[in-house]
Amino acid sequence: MPKVTIDGSEIEVPHGITVLQACEMAGKEILRFCYHERLSIAGNCRMCLVEVSPGPPKPAASCALPVGEGMEIKTDSDMVKKARNGVMELLLINHPLDCPICDQGGECDLQDQAMAYGHDSSRFEENKRSVKDKNMGPLVKTIMTRCIHCTRCVRFATEIAGVPELGMLGRGENAEITSYLEKSLESELSANVIDLCPVGALTSKPYAFISRPWELTKTESIDVMDAVGSAIRIDARQTEVLRVLPRLNEDVNEEWLSDKARFAVDGLKKQRLDRPYIRVDGKLRESTWQEAFAVIGNKIKSVEADRVAAIVGDQCDAESMIALKDLMDFIGTKNIDCRQDGAKLSSHDRSLYLFNSTIAGIESADSVLLVGTNLRWEAPLINTRLRKAWINNNLKAASIGPDLNLTYPINNLGSRANIINSIAEGKHPFCEVLKNSDRPAIILGMGALSRPDGTAILKMAKKIADDYGLIKEGWNGFNILHTAASRVGALYIDFMPSQGGRDVENIISGSSNGEIDLVYLLGADEIDTSKLGKSFVIYQGHHGDLGAHSADVILPGAAYTEKNGTYVNTEGRVQITRQAVQPPGNAREDWTIIRALSDVIRANISYDTLGDVRERLTEVNPLFDRINEIVTPDWTNKSPSEFIEDGPIHSAIQNYYMTCPISRASETMAKCSQELITTLGNRTGTNG
Amino acid sequence: MLADSDRIFKNLYGKQDWRLEGAIKRGIWDNTKSLIDLGREKIVEDIKLSGLRGRGGAGFPTGVKWSFMPPEDKRDGRPHYLVVNADESEPGTCKDREILRYDPHILLEGCFVAGYAMGANSAYIYIRGEFYNEASNLSQAIDEAYEAGLIGENACDTGHTFDIYLHRGAGAYICGEETALLESLEGKKGQPRLKPPFPAACGLYGCPTTVNNVETIAVAPTILRRSPGWFSSFGRENNTGTKIFSISGHVNNPCNVEEAMSIPLKELIEKHAGGVRGGWDNLLAVIPGGSSTPCLPKSICDDVLMDFDSLREHSTGFGTAAVIVMDKSTDIVEAIARLSHFYQHESCGQCTPCREGMGWVYRVMQRMVTGEAEIKEIDMLWELTKQIEGHTICALADGGVWPVQGLIRHFRHELEHRILSRKTNNIANHHVAATAAE
Repeated sequence: MPKVTIDGSEIEVPHGITVLQACEMAGKEILRFCYHERLSIAGNCRMCLVEVSPGPPKPAASCALPVGEGMEIKTDSDMVKKARNGVMELLLINHPLDCPICDQGGECDLQDQAMAYGHDSSRFEENKRSVKDKNMGPLVKTIMTRCIHCTRCVRFATEIAGVPELGMLGRGENAEITSYLEKSLESELSANVIDLCPVGALTSKPYAFISRPWELTKTESIDVMDAVGSAIRIDARQTEVLRVLPRLNEDVNEEWLSDKARFAVDGLKKQRLDRPYIRVDGKLRESTWQEAFAVIGNKIKSVEADRVAAIVGDQCDAESMIALKDLMDFIGTKNIDCRQDGAKLSSHDRSLYLFNSTIAGIESADSVLLVGTNLRWEAPLINTRLRKAWINNNLKAASIGPDLNLTYPINNLGSRANIINSIAEGKHPFCEVLKNSDRPAIILGMGALSRPDGTAILKMAKKIADDYGLIKEGWNGFNILHTAASRVGALYIDFMPSQGGRDVENIISGSSNGEIDLVYLLGADEIDTSKLGKSFVIYQGHHGDLGAHSADVILPGAAYTEKNGTYVNTEGRVQITRQAVQPPGNAREDWTIIRALSDVIRANISYDTLGDVRERLTEVNPLFDRINEIVTPDWTNKSPSEFIEDGPIHSAIQNYYMTCPISRASETMAKCSQELITTLGNRTGTNG
Repeated sequence: MLADSDRIFKNLYGKQDWRLEGAIKRGIWDNTKSLIDLGREKIVEDIKLSGLRGRGGAGFPTGVKWSFMPPEDKRDGRPHYLVVNADESEPGTCKDREILRYDPHILLEGCFVAGYAMGANSAYIYIRGEFYNEASNLSQAIDEAYEAGLIGENACDTGHTFDIYLHRGAGAYICGEETALLESLEGKKGQPRLKPPFPAACGLYGCPTTVNNVETIAVAPTILRRSPGWFSSFGRENNTGTKIFSISGHVNNPCNVEEAMSIPLKELIEKHAGGVRGGWDNLLAVIPGGSSTPCLPKSICDDVLMDFDSLREHSTGFGTAAVIVMDKSTDIVEAIARLSHFYQHESCGQCTPCREGMGWVYRVMQRMVTGEAEIKEIDMLWELTKQIEGHTICALADGGVWPVQGLIRHFRHELEHRILSRKTNNIANHHVAATAAE
């Protein structure tokens, strides 16, 4: 542990850190633009200059200088002040100073630091440089004249996102940051460059000229676009969610956010269900809550309990799901299910449906087998962890399923399901890789588990885990990657058909052939609703999507930004979203709707406050009390039984930008889909 | 004057055969095995004793630099590399060019000896892209050396393998900076790296690397053959040896010449370059070491010695020993403004002070040429150069502002005169020119 003196006070710092980090530990503010903890060191902005002795008689860039024993560092000497002022002046000479019309205004590093450390006037009398703007797609707006060439965006794209599509062209004062071919980054994380940009060169295109940061109410919440459960901050003005930004959570999303989580929120303003509807003479008409409840009450009274079914969707909070489950229990039906995609999961063994390595933990894997998952689309932020594992531990990755570019080398073993058998039986060359790894892992995606033989695949995966040392002291390499934010929560409360009950497939087929009379869809939009036949469909949700089209009664619920809901992410982490805005019109928080309905049919559901519902959740599963914790499950010794039918495995998502009612209603996501998904298929090299 | 027998570069003017046959006649490749047999430590020790300082401009002691390479017992399995900087692009400098085209074998022999001394089995020669004929000669020389068994497997019967690769640059001045050169050699954009780590620890492809100038490498075998004491007998202490001087500009006979270090500037110009055009009294200023060193007015040129320490005392530098002579017909302000333009154009754009500052300096300098400026801007310009100098990743910006500093230091009166005369609307020269034109 080297001892250094910083501004006169001695401090002991860890070996191998930089002078900048040491100064931060000593509580000194070091200005910086190019330095970022998660990116490689560029040392090009020259803002972090400090005086270091022993050393040459000139200031040193603290971000790039490792601390040494006995160093004497001055962060505020005359030399440092002069250097800082000088660099600031040089940064500003060609910066347009158009702060009044810049979207970065109010949250701009350059603006803040110039205020605190800059001159009050400029000596620069020449003309300022202007730079042509670059097209970077529908998410990132560029005003390149403002660029200070810190190269954070270039380093992010190259190092974290793994798409080396940004760089600097030209040299000297004509150097320009560009996406070379002037197109969007082919990455699901591209918009993080907006947060990284210390000035207003890269800003959010959908949010352009919308608001100033000080006008926004900021609510800390959780994202539900995938099962990662990224920490987000929802910025809203009055009733409108204007943007979503990532929040720091080292265990989950670090400080990044996927593009869908960030930009699908404009879908929250479109196609919303803001009042109840009932179907009269084949047409939906607006109604009051009382009317809608009366229609439902009458219907429920008239059907037999085992002809009632309920399906919950992918973005439901645990509160509404437990309320619905209690309601269905009261009615007396066993036909309830949460697996819209038909994934062959059981709620019995947590270890068989969780991402056991944990999101942060998968970073330490040294070999991984991906089965039926496109990580880039299903969980971009878990994919970055695997990329990190490749960079840091030389991760050896192989996949069964479609051959994909996941930004690190992947050995595609083929797409046939039988390959899993041959690995489990030790007949495949990849067995050696798993055997010789310290921390081998397997990731099973919904593309594999939602096949008819999903149980058998699960069984073989478990056998691989047992046989190849995936389970050992301090390491569990068996991982299920969910795509639905609500799924693990639903499994926690056992929202599954009990003995003799129907699963999603049988509910749908029962509806088509008249064995089911009433289906309650709670935000379930990913099933084939055209097959629900003549059954009476109640749709409760927030968007007029597939589920609502087939409904006989529509109950308007709240989206994730409009309610306090509990979600459990794919690694079993219980997290809570917070209400940022009110649901539109007559829409209500979902559990309160079911609670109100329970009065109509005189069900004895006793909870009246959010606290009561959460208590009920804890009663059903004590894990709901362990907010933001990972409770490691014991590894099960039971195995699911069944056989694999050979055939190609596909990934669960066909279009990253359109996976839920919110993203399907989002204009921004539609543009991304148009630019990055639709056109890609038609490219020939000369065309497109 | 240096005796012919003491010249290291015997074919500096290309009057003899540059090929292997001619080279052998000049004593190159003569029992190179005996030099290798001295062993790594002894070679480095001899170079240290000779007092040889890097000939690329910075003047770092060569033997010390070589000793930074991990010794045999501390190798970690990574290969060592010798990289020869033949990206000679400093305006005024044209010494390496003559070695490359007229005496390529002396460089190749140097590569082998120096490479061996640092534990390297290969050398990369990064040659300036514009040096087409030089690259062609060098390439043929490499082929000849391979064919004769002088390099390659069992080079010179020493049992060592030594390969030499030639890489042509694409004409960027910044690629002459050693770490930018390494980046370029690796196929990346030529931008200087942050130091530390220094190339000796982590250089080309992440391996221990030493980057040396062509002349530095080329003199090494002769030093070893003729003893370090012979080499250090020339010049003053700490500034020893012989050196190729490039003399250009307003002299009667612009030339390259090998001379002893510490020769008086006046003697150098008068003896070898035929004197200043119009006589010594017609001298205005001299840029002593390539375009990035500050100029000296005649008063200092009268008795200054041409070596590292002497020129440093006068706030300038020995650089590459490229002497640019300017007589009294020179518009010194415009001359320096032209140099500012060069550095503005060649800045890589990586770090702030250089990227933004060189353009600013150039634009102010342009106004200084016509006098369209304020007196206080001279001080502003001085401060600006100080704001740039020493705040960047590499030394390009330092070299870019030094000429301006030299101008302000010695010719401030000229700048003031222009500004004032323009102000009083009394631009005599312009009026005369205008009248003459009518």
